[in-house]
Amino acid sequence: MVKHETIPLHKVARGSLVRIVEVPDGTSKAQLIRLGIHVGVLVKCLERLPGGTLVIKKNRQEIALGINLASTILVSHVRHD
Amino acid sequence: MHNHSSEFSPDQHRLHHVEQHKHVGISALAHDIRRSKVVLVGNPNVGKSLFFNHLSGLYVDVSNYPGTTIEISEGRFGTYDIYDTPGVYGISSFSDEENVTREIVLQSDIVLNVVDAVHLERDLFLTLQLIDMGKNVALLLNFMDEVEKQGIEIDVKLLSTYLGVPVFPTAAVLKTGFDSLPLAIEQARRGEQDKMLHPKLHTMLSVSGSEAEALLILEGDTVIAERHGVPPGTEREDIYIERRNRVNLIINAILSERDVRTRLSTMIGRWSVNAWTGVPILFGMLYVIYLFIGTFVAQDLVEFLETRLGNEMWEPWIRGVIGEYVAPQSWLGTILVGEFGLATMTITYLLFLLFPLVVAFYLTLAVMEDSGYLPRLATLVDRSLNAIGLNGSAVIPLILGFGCVTMATITTRILGTEREKRIAATILQFAVPCSAQLAVIAAMLAGAGFQAMLIFGGTIFVVFVAIGTILHRLLPGKTSPLLIDLPPMRIPRLDNVMKKTLYRAYFFMKEATPWFFAGALGVGLMQVTGLLTVWQNLLTPFTTNWLQLPREASVSFVMGMVRRDFGAAGLYDLPLTTEQIVVALVTITLFVPCIASLMVLVKERGTKEASLIWIGTWVTAFLVGGLLSQALM
Repeated sequence: MVKHETIPLHKVARGSLVRIVEVPDGTSKAQLIRLGIHVGVLVKCLERLPGGTLVIKKNRQEIALGINLASTILVSHVRHD
Repeated sequence: MHNHSSEFSPDQHRLHHVEQHKHVGISALAHDIRRSKVVLVGNPNVGKSLFFNHLSGLYVDVSNYPGTTIEISEGRFGTYDIYDTPGVYGISSFSDEENVTREIVLQSDIVLNVVDAVHLERDLFLTLQLIDMGKNVALLLNFMDEVEKQGIEIDVKLLSTYLGVPVFPTAAVLKTGFDSLPLAIEQARRGEQDKMLHPKLHTMLSVSGSEAEALLILEGDTVIAERHGVPPGTEREDIYIERRNRVNLIINAILSERDVRTRLSTMIGRWSVNAWTGVPILFGMLYVIYLFIGTFVAQDLVEFLETRLGNEMWEPWIRGVIGEYVAPQSWLGTILVGEFGLATMTITYLLFLLFPLVVAFYLTLAVMEDSGYLPRLATLVDRSLNAIGLNGSAVIPLILGFGCVTMATITTRILGTEREKRIAATILQFAVPCSAQLAVIAAMLAGAGFQAMLIFGGTIFVVFVAIGTILHRLLPGKTSPLLIDLPPMRIPRLDNVMKKTLYRAYFFMKEATPWFFAGALGVGLMQVTGLLTVWQNLLTPFTTNWLQLPREASVSFVMGMVRRDFGAAGLYDLPLTTEQIVVALVTITLFVPCIASLMVLVKERGTKEASLIWIGTWVTAFLVGGLLSQALM
């Protein structure tokens, strides 16, 4: 079954593959798009540090996001590795 | 009207458009006697500098870009002027680095776009933007050696067809592909622009005068829009996403992977940002750094340089030379070769103490940077720094602060917002002891015992956190979130690390040296005019009654205004109880920054803010020191 509810990116469990559903407007948005993070893209949560700083992986690229930014990005769960 | 029908083949299409763009090019052609400008552009850490160093040879001019603090290298190669630019992920106006890179690209004739072949997906966004800007581009596909090792296959020819520009496989660290650089410059040309963008570019062209600027206006670049007196475009997002999709399309067509075995370097990269292994790795790193800087450089090397070369050889010699013309006891003699003399103390301090320490710190930073560890460290500490209104990137100035607060204050420039620069600069001035001072503090604490060490460390840490938290609460605005690419872990190249270190150390010395002399001159004048004694007498009641220290300690505090370690060193010779040692060290650590640090602070943060910080350190040092004294004694 495919789950359709959306959750903020910072709540995603380590090892999950998720699809980006919503990215908030603002300066971070353009920077996120450049790094390839925009609506429809699949990313994997590589690491969740205590406090919520996140390391995500998109293909071979690894990106670190602060919790304040991650909490504004909405994703839907695809699968857990 | 321009004809955009699809009956043109790509090549014809391009030619056709070059014709149409000629009317724009006239202003550029009018001064075509000038040398052609070749610019190296790429994401951070893709090896631009290696190509730049190869092309420009020895004759490099490194300078700050006008109006900014960003360093730009300029060199010559045949009839070309070669420019290196700060690494960026795209051309726009989000940061100082981007502003500088944007300006240089706009003025360029030829763009050599360096890309990391292992991270093509990330890097091609910039490539397509440069092509969309209508620039003459050649692609240097770097790290081809790693591509092979990682089992990735890239169809270079097909990539070139898609982009419409020549592509040259290289491996800069092995120096392969360097021979194709002249060819790359020669063959650089306009690539395949986004077809949908083209009509829009033409509409905007009449306003902006160049395709590149037209594109940036469409992408909502406020700086360029303002320059041409038009409102910034609102289509950034659509254009960016479209460009991203083109990148994905190209990647799918040209790239294939043979095996996806995880390599050791990837694993180390992962471990260093893992919740369990990250902290032990960090402590391991810190221990190695401590052994190198704390033990070898700060103690053995500096001890030898400062005492043997500085105090015992240089100072007596220069005193002799100057003494032949100026009486050492005269006011001029005091200023030149006295206790805080320009030719004695200042030279010894700068050359034999500060310089080796600064080199050691910059070397450590360069190794951490080039290995890819630094962004991971920023990730690891991000959340902790959020508590004091900073994000992970602030770890760089904070680490450097333990080397030299002056150097660290200059480095606060890299932080994203004014608010973060202000918080970091303040914390550095208040609560971060520099290495010169740490050496004396460590020696005194070692004699005072473990409990004293805990009280000292605890107090400084509390003040550090308190100041950060208070500023975070009081200052308007929000902390900018961490958003960084984690480049692959690599073994740093020694030559690149050395070059970086020496450039930075040179720039620091160039920037800071005048302030050290100005500071020493100021104190020399205070000494000659008797103002120094007045200060000391003013401080004495606070020292004896409130801090409960011997009256001689007030001399140390005044010395501490010149050099932080002088202040600490002055305490070293006093007969103090264990409690007094803790109180004195806490006070001197929190006390005002050294004179050079203050000067740089004025330059970076303005007179008003610097004065506030300076006065604040007086209040905090005596308040905290006094309270501790009342509690302990």
